Amino acid sequence: MNPAATVNAAPGLLTADGLLGLIFLVMIALTLTGGFIAATADRLVRALAGVVVCFTGVAGFYYFLNSPFMAMMQILIYVGAICVTISFAIMLAAPEQKKKSGPVNILSGPLGFLVAALIFGAMAGLALRTEWLPFDKIAGGSVRDIGIHLLTSYSMVFELISLVLLIAIIGAIVIARGGRSQS
Amino acid sequence: MTILAIHQYLTTYLVFGAMLFALGVYGLVTRRTLIGMLIAAELMLAGVSINFMAFNRFLAPDPSVGQIFTLFIMAVAAAEAAIGLSIAIGVYRHYKTVDTEDLVNLKG
Repeated sequence: MNPAATVNAAPGLLTADGLLGLIFLVMIALTLTGGFIAATADRLVRALAGVVVCFTGVAGFYYFLNSPFMAMMQILIYVGAICVTISFAIMLAAPEQKKKSGPVNILSGPLGFLVAALIFGAMAGLALRTEWLPFDKIAGGSVRDIGIHLLTSYSMVFELISLVLLIAIIGAIVIARGGRSQS
Repeated sequence: MTILAIHQYLTTYLVFGAMLFALGVYGLVTRRTLIGMLIAAELMLAGVSINFMAFNRFLAPDPSVGQIFTLFIMAVAAAEAAIGLSIAIGVYRHYKTVDTEDLVNLKG
């Protein structure tokens, strides 16, 4: 039914596989709790803390998906850089908490929940009912392979993404600087 | 298969990616402030990245391609967060609010 690499269908709790499964369950709990807080918390600072917890759990997922490198990058870029930037923006641009912090009108909460539930149901149903066919692996996917790919097959994309980042940084400085003298 | 073995199956990751994406959609629809919407968009990106990494691990012939794609998603997300937050700060300077309901100057 499902592609799986090395299936040990029923590990005991006190074996290495069982403890691995337990850690995975903890990661799932972290991710879902954090994501739920991030999507629903009243105060933005709490939502940000939820996002930090959620991204740490996602880094754990990457570790389980055979990619410690991406787990490291996830912690470094998302938790370390993006979340800190967002916290600075919250400090600069949302000083006082509003009293009216709920949804815009009565309908948007239930309608948003309905839309989200429909999307989740459709995608999860699709994932469960499709018969996924794995291909034979032709490479290992190590950090060395990633580096070689980045500098050979994907060098153009690599250059372009550097350019995009540079332009984004310059644009962010220009946009955030404008109007400082007037205020 | 017991619940302790679910990390060995592709479907688990796909379902949790979909769950994160749906949480992001819910946050994006119900949030009132620009920064809150940005946080929800980051959640959606995380769900998408989990999908890429899961397919990369279980199905793809060359397992480095999905990792590179996820790396690029992270870079674009960083650029998007920088631009979005600077726009939020600029809007706050101009209007003294980041509430999406009050930003109606371009409304017809």
